[in-house]
Amino acid sequence: MATVYQKPHALTGKPFHYCPGCTHGIIHRLVAEVLDELGIEGTTVGVASVGCTYNSYEYFNCDMVQAAHGRAPAVATGIRRSLPDRQVFTYQGDGDLAAIGTAEIVHAATRGEKITTIFVNNAIYGMTSGQMAPTTLVGQVTTTTPFGRKPELHGYPVRVCEMISTLEGAVYVERVAVNNVANVRKAKAAIKRAFKVQMAGLGFSIVEVLSICPTNWGMNPQKSLEWLEQNMMEHYPLGNFKGKDLEV
Amino acid sequence: MGERLLMKGNEVIAEAALRAGCRHYFGYPITPQTEVAHYMAKKMEQLGGTFVQAESEVAAINMVYGAASCGVRAMTSSSSPGISLKQEGISYSAGAELPMVIIDIVRCGPGLGGILPAQCDYFQMVKGGGHGDYSLPVLAPCSVQEMYELVVEAFNIADRYRNPVVIMGDGYLGQMMEAVTFRDEEPIYKADKSEWATTGSELKRDHHTVTSIYIEADVLEAHNNKLQRKYAEIKKNETRVEEFNCEGADVIVTAYGTVARIVKNVIKDAEKEGIKVGLIRPITLWPFPSESFEKYAGKCNDFLCVEMSAGQMIEDVKLAVNGRSAVHFYGRTGGNVPSQPEILEQIRRIMAEK
Repeated sequence: MATVYQKPHALTGKPFHYCPGCTHGIIHRLVAEVLDELGIEGTTVGVASVGCTYNSYEYFNCDMVQAAHGRAPAVATGIRRSLPDRQVFTYQGDGDLAAIGTAEIVHAATRGEKITTIFVNNAIYGMTSGQMAPTTLVGQVTTTTPFGRKPELHGYPVRVCEMISTLEGAVYVERVAVNNVANVRKAKAAIKRAFKVQMAGLGFSIVEVLSICPTNWGMNPQKSLEWLEQNMMEHYPLGNFKGKDLEV
Repeated sequence: MGERLLMKGNEVIAEAALRAGCRHYFGYPITPQTEVAHYMAKKMEQLGGTFVQAESEVAAINMVYGAASCGVRAMTSSSSPGISLKQEGISYSAGAELPMVIIDIVRCGPGLGGILPAQCDYFQMVKGGGHGDYSLPVLAPCSVQEMYELVVEAFNIADRYRNPVVIMGDGYLGQMMEAVTFRDEEPIYKADKSEWATTGSELKRDHHTVTSIYIEADVLEAHNNKLQRKYAEIKKNETRVEEFNCEGADVIVTAYGTVARIVKNVIKDAEKEGIKVGLIRPITLWPFPSESFEKYAGKCNDFLCVEMSAGQMIEDVKLAVNGRSAVHFYGRTGGNVPSQPEILEQIRRIMAEK
């Protein structure tokens, strides 16, 4: 019998601890498939961040370094500068990257660090139980915006790809989603391209992945996907912001 | 004997690190240590090493964390307020057992304080500063020559124990120029990091992980116990101290760094007045050379701790002396330095009260 589907080698096989319906599992798999297909698991060092994916080092089979909250791009800088012939990626959520780690991501990008950032945006802090993130939408109810995010009190949601794409050092910037099969395939293609950009030594690459958090959104996975499509995609339009014509 | 040069302390720090094989430096400008970065920026480019001027001290220490994870000799340098910012990364590095060298050229605080020399970082470097149960060897040179030797040694200690090591010098040591004699060849401890460094598995081994998180209580406790065993080993092997003139001394002064040099002159002044003054100069602030104090406690009735702070090291002195002798204190802050006459006056006062 032909094998048509199996665990990527770049995943350890340890069962994910993520909540039912969480899309981290899909995104982990996409990254692992890309490492497999590019044949770079053995030459890649990943950086885990703080949040729901703090222990992604238990799931990825490549060498992994666990970083302090928000600091993954700085840690990745140190790794990449020490191992110029390796690939380095960070896997960060929106609290980690867009709040406490804003300085680190902006400066890694503007320095043109040859690293790839997988940025998972679910518009909320997951691990600490559903607080407002910088990416939380206006009106969205969280445990720290119990009456909805109000611009006059809480400001506006940050569009990371739009911001990063203004920086010369960032050469590949794309926003994708994992809400349906077609988009999952596009997400994988973007992640693959981001790694190729890094391997070509062109500069910083980032793929923002719109994701869901059924537990903290207080919806079932199906409703969560609908909410993502109807709300998140409006504020965070999918597409390429930079580098779609790069030859890699 | 190797090359003998007249150099600034901060430049010697950088030169020593390069001679120790450090090719990865990450820093952020802050007075009075910035010459370390100037020197590194120039030399690293010439040597094909890495110099990154980070966006903050927070980022710089995390870059060192990343570089150290890959097994290379990496360093950062800063001064007091910058070190405060690095404390998060230092705690993580201690937890993840990453060898690295952190330079603190101390200025006065608290807050933005001032840019003049001080020793008021004793608490934040020696007692932790960051969160958690961890210890860092803290080496305190008192001359530019010793700065050179201890920076090289700091890299060796870091690699030998898989632990961050601190060089703590007051601003004078960073800024002053002195003659320094370099060795032709440095004594480099070669550590095998292949068992843990994250260099890419090449699919030839299990993947490596560098982490400081252990979510289960018993696992974390076991990790902490392992760290404590390591610290006990460091205490046993790496305590360094200079004892001078202590046998039969009327007063034993204790001081480190620049202050210790001033005390050596005071000893000569006191001798002319018929007072025998000894000096215990801790070279490692952690591990603290308690045995030197225990040896003379009860025999010499008066210890005088002199610091460029409001009194920080004195806590360790008191613990070591353990009530068997009186422990007096004299300190200056704000960038002022205890002068030779001031210290002598303190000694006279102690003698008068005997």
